[in-house]
Amino acid sequence: MEKLSLRDCYGETLLNLAREDKRIVALDADLSGSTKTSLLSKEIPERFFDMGVAEADMIGTATGLSLTGFIPFASTFAVFGTGRCYDQIRQSVCISKANVKIVVTHGGITVGEDGATHQMVEDIALMTSLPNMRVFVPADAYQTKSVIEYVAKKEGPFFVRLSREKFPVIYDKDKNFNLLKADILKEGKNLTFIATGLMVFNCLEAAKALKGSGIDAEVINVCSIKPIDKETIISSAKKTGLIVTVEEHSVMNGLGAQVLSAICEEAFVPLLKIGIEDRFGTSGKPDELLKYFGLDPESIAKKAIEFYKRIKK
Amino acid sequence: MEEETKRLKILAYKMRKEIIQMTNKAKSGHPGGSLSCIDILTCLYFNVLRHNPENPEWEERDFFILSKGHASPAFYSVLSYSGYFEKDELKSFRQLNSRLQGHPEKGTLKGVEITTGSLGQGLSIANGIALGLKLKKSTARVYCLLGDGELQEGQLWEAIQSAGHRKIDNLCVILDRNRLQIDGFVEDLKKEEPLEDKLKSFLFNVLRIDGHNFNSILDAFNIASKTRSKPTFIIADTIKGKGVSFMENNVKFHGVPPDDEETETALREIDEELRKMERE
Ligand SMILES: Cc1ncc(C[n+]2csc(CCOP(=O)(O)OP(=O)(O)O)c2C)c(N)n1
Ligand SMILES: [Mg+2]
Repeated sequence: MEKLSLRDCYGETLLNLAREDKRIVALDADLSGSTKTSLLSKEIPERFFDMGVAEADMIGTATGLSLTGFIPFASTFAVFGTGRCYDQIRQSVCISKANVKIVVTHGGITVGEDGATHQMVEDIALMTSLPNMRVFVPADAYQTKSVIEYVAKKEGPFFVRLSREKFPVIYDKDKNFNLLKADILKEGKNLTFIATGLMVFNCLEAAKALKGSGIDAEVINVCSIKPIDKETIISSAKKTGLIVTVEEHSVMNGLGAQVLSAICEEAFVPLLKIGIEDRFGTSGKPDELLKYFGLDPESIAKKAIEFYKRIKK
Repeated sequence: MEEETKRLKILAYKMRKEIIQMTNKAKSGHPGGSLSCIDILTCLYFNVLRHNPENPEWEERDFFILSKGHASPAFYSVLSYSGYFEKDELKSFRQLNSRLQGHPEKGTLKGVEITTGSLGQGLSIANGIALGLKLKKSTARVYCLLGDGELQEGQLWEAIQSAGHRKIDNLCVILDRNRLQIDGFVEDLKKEEPLEDKLKSFLFNVLRIDGHNFNSILDAFNIASKTRSKPTFIIADTIKGKGVSFMENNVKFHGVPPDDEETETALREIDEELRKMERE
């Protein structure tokens, strides 16, 4: 199985875009080697601003740059790029509809050894709550490329969540993405997995494991969490009658909550939210942590079977 | 009195009346910190800034960022007197469906470059604009007004560090040093002096002026525009509530408007001052 880094892909795509479009600038907060904005900084130093460990200042400076016609990409880790500067994103970026792109890496628990302080599991909750903000979580490197190209083209605020770990490749290199549409990767009959980010691959794997239990699971990748593609989700819900959402994020207010509120007016379908329960992360290796939090394919499959049996009994 | 400073002073006092009336009518808003900065804003909008109210998004315009967004009554007054919108609209301040929101909002009202009101955020934005202008090889300048209580916000010191480090010399920061915030004297809450030393050590060109002396204000802006490889920080010593005797240095009028009786007295005082000026 081929794995590719979303961060590398971000850095390369951003550099390519910046080569073509002089309006593109990048900002970082002393993590450019990790977020890969360093690729742009080495080749086009005059359009790179390392703001130091000052995330609030970074968001404000990005806003100012956008006001003079530039297209700023501001990057750091998910935890610092949302929580530390939430008010700046709210007041300076979102109320003003400033053309600022916030692309964070190191979302979720697969950050690993750094532990709870660095494992952001509330960023999707924070960002989807903001009016005018749109939220993308790509499922592999090729989708990441498409997302970065898309947000560069579209006017207004965007939040893109990437991860530290490499992701298994799901899509063809040259796939033409319709990013606003939830993507049905596998059709199924009696259960729907709705996932985002790394969990999309894990759900595809879990779906295979369900076959033996007589469950034909549908798998949907929701890359655009806001705006969310209600239509695809509702019709799948009506078709299978059972939904399991899976995310590397708190279950309190993430993908699961968005899906639930998207369908609840039109479909009465039991929904199980799999994710980080109402708690912070902890240190460990990424793979160990996925198992520990029940986000590996086997754990997902097991929970899905239990849920299926309980509801369809 | 010199012609230009006389013109500016008369304008500033006329707008003081607007500030009183707007906040009184809205039964809310921030008159104290508006009265302390109106002389500075008048100098900016009627003498210093290159701007075009008929074409607010004119490519070559200078930028003004009101970081202390609660001084919106002063800001809206200079915008309307400059011609961005009809003076009559000032009456709609803080009403439902008004473009004159409690704190200035970008997109709602022409001439407002960015939304402010959450203190501490304006200078980072001003820095970004100034850096963008430099990248575009524009000669336009950026002005940013801060409050002295606001200066307690950590983000401002991040931005001050950025501006000094990056030698953002197309930037001029003005501090409305009226010594008061909501809970009392700034120096009692958190010692801010020696401000000049602090800001110099952050690599700023620092000027200290009487923020109600029009000649000093204009001179300072002139020096700022000629300063190279350093951003300028003008510490403007001001009086909160300036121009209305019972509001001056009175912390109560930070976020409380004058009642009807106080409004009448205030307007009378300002009119008297205006008559005196016109006689001079
Ligand atoms: C981040 C933030 N915290 C609190 C407030 C509430 N607030 C409004 S004005 C103010 C005091 C500001 O004092 P100063 O900067 O000295 O303003 P001025 O005296 O010029 O009116 C406070 C705390 C706010 N607007 N933003
Ligand atoms: Mg003050």
